[in-house]
Amino acid sequence: MCAQCLTLFALNSSLECFPNSVANYIDLAPMPDNYFVRYLPLLIHFLVAVGFASVVVTLSWLIGYRRPSRAKMSPYECGMTPIGDTQSRFSVKFYLVGMLFILFDVEAVFLYPWAVILRKLKMFGFWEMFVYIAIFLVGFFYIWKKGALDWAAPSAKRGEV
Amino acid sequence: MNPIQIIPHAADYVRILPELVLSVFGMIIMLIDPLLDDRRSRSLSGALALVGSLVAIIATWMQSQSPGLGFWNMVRVDSFSIFFHFLIASITAIVILMSYEYMSVQEIRGGEYYGLILFGACGMMLMSSAVELVLVFIALEISSISTYVLAGFRRRAAISAESSVKYFLLGSFATGFFLYGVALMFGATGSTTIDAIGNVLRSGHIPVLAYMAIAFMFVGLGFKVAAAPFHIWTPDVYEGAPSPVVAFMSTAPKAAVFAVLLRVLFEANAPGRIWLIWVTAALSMTLGNIGALVQDNVKRLLAYSSIAHAGYLLVAFAALPENGIPAAMFYTAAYAFTNIGAFAVVSHFGGAGERRVTMEDYAGLGKRSPLLAATLTLFLLSLIGIPMTAGFFAKFYVFSAAIKANLVGLTVIGFLNSAIAAYYYLRIIVVMYMREERDDSPVAPVPFALGMALALSLFATMYLGILPGRMLDYASSSVSDLVAPAMQTMPVQGIAQVH
Repeated sequence: MCAQCLTLFALNSSLECFPNSVANYIDLAPMPDNYFVRYLPLLIHFLVAVGFASVVVTLSWLIGYRRPSRAKMSPYECGMTPIGDTQSRFSVKFYLVGMLFILFDVEAVFLYPWAVILRKLKMFGFWEMFVYIAIFLVGFFYIWKKGALDWAAPSAKRGEV
Repeated sequence: MNPIQIIPHAADYVRILPELVLSVFGMIIMLIDPLLDDRRSRSLSGALALVGSLVAIIATWMQSQSPGLGFWNMVRVDSFSIFFHFLIASITAIVILMSYEYMSVQEIRGGEYYGLILFGACGMMLMSSAVELVLVFIALEISSISTYVLAGFRRRAAISAESSVKYFLLGSFATGFFLYGVALMFGATGSTTIDAIGNVLRSGHIPVLAYMAIAFMFVGLGFKVAAAPFHIWTPDVYEGAPSPVVAFMSTAPKAAVFAVLLRVLFEANAPGRIWLIWVTAALSMTLGNIGALVQDNVKRLLAYSSIAHAGYLLVAFAALPENGIPAAMFYTAAYAFTNIGAFAVVSHFGGAGERRVTMEDYAGLGKRSPLLAATLTLFLLSLIGIPMTAGFFAKFYVFSAAIKANLVGLTVIGFLNSAIAAYYYLRIIVVMYMREERDDSPVAPVPFALGMALALSLFATMYLGILPGRMLDYASSSVSDLVAPAMQTMPVQGIAQVH
């Protein structure tokens, strides 16, 4: 079926091809009638992406040279030796730093939409962001004083978390 | 289109005043805690947290003077939300009182603990006043994340870590269900506001999607209140978590989630409510009580008992709004105070490392510490539902509401279960008074704060058992907040209209 037919079918609004009982059962009332049309670009994008990827892979398989070597055939692992014990030990602090990083990263992300609409928010938005940052600074003060940022210290300075 | 008014009014802040108070106190605790040593941290942050919860009670009172909607119809202060705000704030205060001794006996550092309790209570309060499902979800997460961490607070005990991880994994899974339900509900009705959803669902045509949405949301909320068949986590989590935390999370979040359920099921006029509740209530009562029969660990026993009580409470949800809502509210309060009291005794008696938690440890407690044993006995009698205690009227109202809604089968199952339940509660009492003690080492004297916690929960239990009228009247008056007056007389959605 060509895209035009699909579009027409969608515009003619949805469920006529189903028997009545089914149409009653699948209740799509809140969905807009031009649902298909609105998301058609997405479908086309998807098809192009799949098509392009498969064409490129197929072409390189068909016309490319193959000279396998030991290094080429080994699994690729970002420059590390891929063979070895998977359960090597590393510090749990990586996780702690990772979690803290995500928290503060998300905070920074919140600043962008705020900056975009700051004019509309006026002074209220300006001060509101100060409150927000102040709350985050409480958290920062907390992790700092607890020693979560000291990489070398064996345990937190004042009591353990 | 008019530009949306983006600047909140001062009145908006009054609508979330208790939540603001709790967050601010929580943050103050976080700020001062790193500067203190262990002992001072325990006492000072404990005192701050107690003050915080008391100020939250005052804030709730102030809030109750100006009911209404706030923050673009996201929160609503009405007598229903005020009820749950008071309940959650009092639970928090009592839990903080009983935690003080526990923290020093178990040598746990206090700051984060009290902070998390306040943050959790903040989320729970927000749940009870939120009338917008996305806000409900956020509040649910605030409360859940705090309780996940609190469950693992006996850091050195493997069992506590296990409890925390189990609770976290299963809990986040359940929250996913709730969120999916919210999304489906938005698909079905085009809104996430409970009011608007109710209007769409009352207009007659109920999309199939709405049934699925309610079912998904119910899975998520049912998990949080430990209703069967979503109860599997309960015994393991309650066994491992610190006792005061169990007292907290078996009462406050449950009360909040029941508030959400009441709003979703009654205010939004959820379709298919009766069957959903019927099956869950019957299963929870039966599985909870049968599970409790074979428990030897008192914390596990109380965990199963809390599953059963969630079942009794859910019976009220199947009844008519004008009887069911007050009955459910009364039961929530009665169960909360009774259960907190029982866990306060368990937490005190457990001792360092919570060593004394099995049935044999309780042998001869009646002789070793008559006052403690008598207190626990009263709480257990209230859990059974003996007259003169809160538990009696709670069960009475629930079952009479069920009878009025013609739910005879469910009521019979409830009565049979109450009879089964009497066995295992009485077993603890029998062991305490009639079995010879294994060791007669003296039980540690009850410190002042814990004594206050016990006295307060005992007072509440007896007050609700002897003079239940005022609270029930108040609860009945808030029915109209959930169900528009014209709707109250309409027949209940349910059995007849499922297909």
